[in-house]
Amino acid sequence: MSLIEIRDLHATVDGKEILKGIDLTIEAGEVHAIMGPNGSGKSTLSYVLAGRDGYEVTSGQVLFDGEDLLEMEADERARSGLFLAFQYPVEIPGVATTTFLKTAVNAVREHRGEGALDAMQFLKFVREKAGALNINDDMLRRALNVGFSGGEKKRNEVLQMAVLEPKFAVLDETDSGLDIDALKIVADGVNALRGAERGMLVITHYQRLLDYIVPDHVHILAGGKIIQSGDKTLALELEEKGYASFVGAEAA
Amino acid sequence: MAQPVPFLEDFDAVLPGAGTGWLDRLRADAQEAFRKSGLPTPRTEAWKYTNLRRLARTGFVAAEANQTTEVTTVPEGIVALEDAYVAVFVNGRFAPSLSSLDGLSEGVEATSLAAKLSADRTSLEGQFSDVTDLPMATLNTGLLSDGLYLKLDDGVALDKPLHLVSIGTAGEEPVSFHPRHLIVAGAGSVATIVESHVGSGAYFSNSVSEVSVGDGAVLNHYKLQNEGPEAYHLAANLVRIADRAVYDNFVLQVGGNLARNEIRSELGERVECRLNGAYLACGEQHIDNTTFIDHAAPNSSSREVYKGVLDENARGVFQGKILVRQDSQKTDGHQLNKTLLLSPGTEIDTKPELEIYADDVQCSHGATTGELEEEPLFYLRARGIDPQTARGMLVAAFVGEALDEIQAEAPRAAFQAVVDDWLESRSERQG
Repeated sequence: MSLIEIRDLHATVDGKEILKGIDLTIEAGEVHAIMGPNGSGKSTLSYVLAGRDGYEVTSGQVLFDGEDLLEMEADERARSGLFLAFQYPVEIPGVATTTFLKTAVNAVREHRGEGALDAMQFLKFVREKAGALNINDDMLRRALNVGFSGGEKKRNEVLQMAVLEPKFAVLDETDSGLDIDALKIVADGVNALRGAERGMLVITHYQRLLDYIVPDHVHILAGGKIIQSGDKTLALELEEKGYASFVGAEAA
Repeated sequence: MAQPVPFLEDFDAVLPGAGTGWLDRLRADAQEAFRKSGLPTPRTEAWKYTNLRRLARTGFVAAEANQTTEVTTVPEGIVALEDAYVAVFVNGRFAPSLSSLDGLSEGVEATSLAAKLSADRTSLEGQFSDVTDLPMATLNTGLLSDGLYLKLDDGVALDKPLHLVSIGTAGEEPVSFHPRHLIVAGAGSVATIVESHVGSGAYFSNSVSEVSVGDGAVLNHYKLQNEGPEAYHLAANLVRIADRAVYDNFVLQVGGNLARNEIRSELGERVECRLNGAYLACGEQHIDNTTFIDHAAPNSSSREVYKGVLDENARGVFQGKILVRQDSQKTDGHQLNKTLLLSPGTEIDTKPELEIYADDVQCSHGATTGELEEEPLFYLRARGIDPQTARGMLVAAFVGEALDEIQAEAPRAAFQAVVDDWLESRSERQG
């Protein structure tokens, strides 16, 4: 059984069809990258998988660990082990980062039958993970993402992935807005989470991120469809020739 | 034939201090004024959004004439303060057996106004403000009888908060009472006063609090309105803040059938005035916060943050006026009102008003009203948090921003607990 299996997925936003038949299978232990120009449907795919309201699946199927993903609410998907690292993490004034993390971790743990962590256990657990991402206690005390720099927000996303220990993670343009140092920290964090049990889908516009998070497979998304798939060399080829040559080939 | 005047028609109780000339005149003049004005109606601008029609139809009996109900314990729902002086009032009358005012330091006088009026016929003459433009406060003056009298001498610091607990209680007959509280904080004094208003049955509390904050004094004044579900609560707070004083006020309204808290503050020079609050309402509740900040002298600052959460068919009113007089240069005044509407049956009327006659001032005001935003909700849910918990977290965060304004730590935590309870019972109702 594959970790995730997307079959002929069509989806609309505000009545407009954005995804026009996506087929993609990811096995546990694999990292796939989806590259595509603006407007190709990259973010729509990530929101459809995460279950955001307003992204309507009109046909197709997604199996997650053999279960019908599209039947689940957004929070059920997350508890079942799906994780979306947001391109634009949301600022939530008045909710302390630690409180948020603890609520999320315990929701997921209870779903797995592991029992909730108490305040002390949780603090120990989160500090271990946070240290590796250069996130200090001060950042954890602050309101969620409020006043965080671009890099801090992305590190916080990776921290959330680290503490929630998902089976499958979608990283939506995790490189956007990052300078090279921040990118390295984030990529190291992601790489540390690669494992035989875990699959990842890295969505990006630029090849740069894939120098740091090296994928097993690369797909090119254009016009709501995957138009070409290959290994990591496809990303380099794309970088060299530009999207136009690939998209043009499809159109022709 | 003349219409009967509510509350005054059959009132024949003998009020404390009766027979004292100035006091008799004060009451008689106020009664006369109220006979003329009657209850305010929505035709009056100040009462446009809060209609007392149902209150007027309820046949309240004066608490003085109805002393059948007895209260032997302080009910739940008051602000939980570990260590405080407590002054309890039952239907507006001081209840010594429920109070604990022992150990007050020298220079602090805390007593019942009725006792003060009966024992000492002169010292309070001229201490009561003219409230003729406030009909309900005028009625209060007309029937002025009991309340808290608190006086802090110059330079005195109260070593722990004074907790004023008002308990309303009614049996079969609806009961009305008109407490009058007088708080005088001398120059350079420091004190924290907390009020809790609770009760059960159909009662009407029509209170007036007069607060005088002396030169350079620091007064924290926090109020919880957690009246019973059938109660009416109308309160006028008249606050005079002398030069260099700090007044930190917070009002949390969660109870009552219909409630209005009105604050009128007059600021001296170099004053720091903070009027903040929150209101949480559900069912058919109607909650009104009306404030007036009068920058009557230069170089003062005022800050006002009111946040509301309305659910089911609740209705909220916020009327906030800031007046900056011509000579009040270098005034810094900021006001914000935000309301979260959790269901389509709710309604908020918000009326911020700035009236500025000085030219060198910094003033701002803002009001927003809306539902919970989808984006943060989705973010929380995308981390495995169920929608009900996620909503609860966002509502708590919203109210938390107002609670953060409370400067004194222990009361802030106690008010936070009241808000947490409210949110919990809300999610249970939905559960």
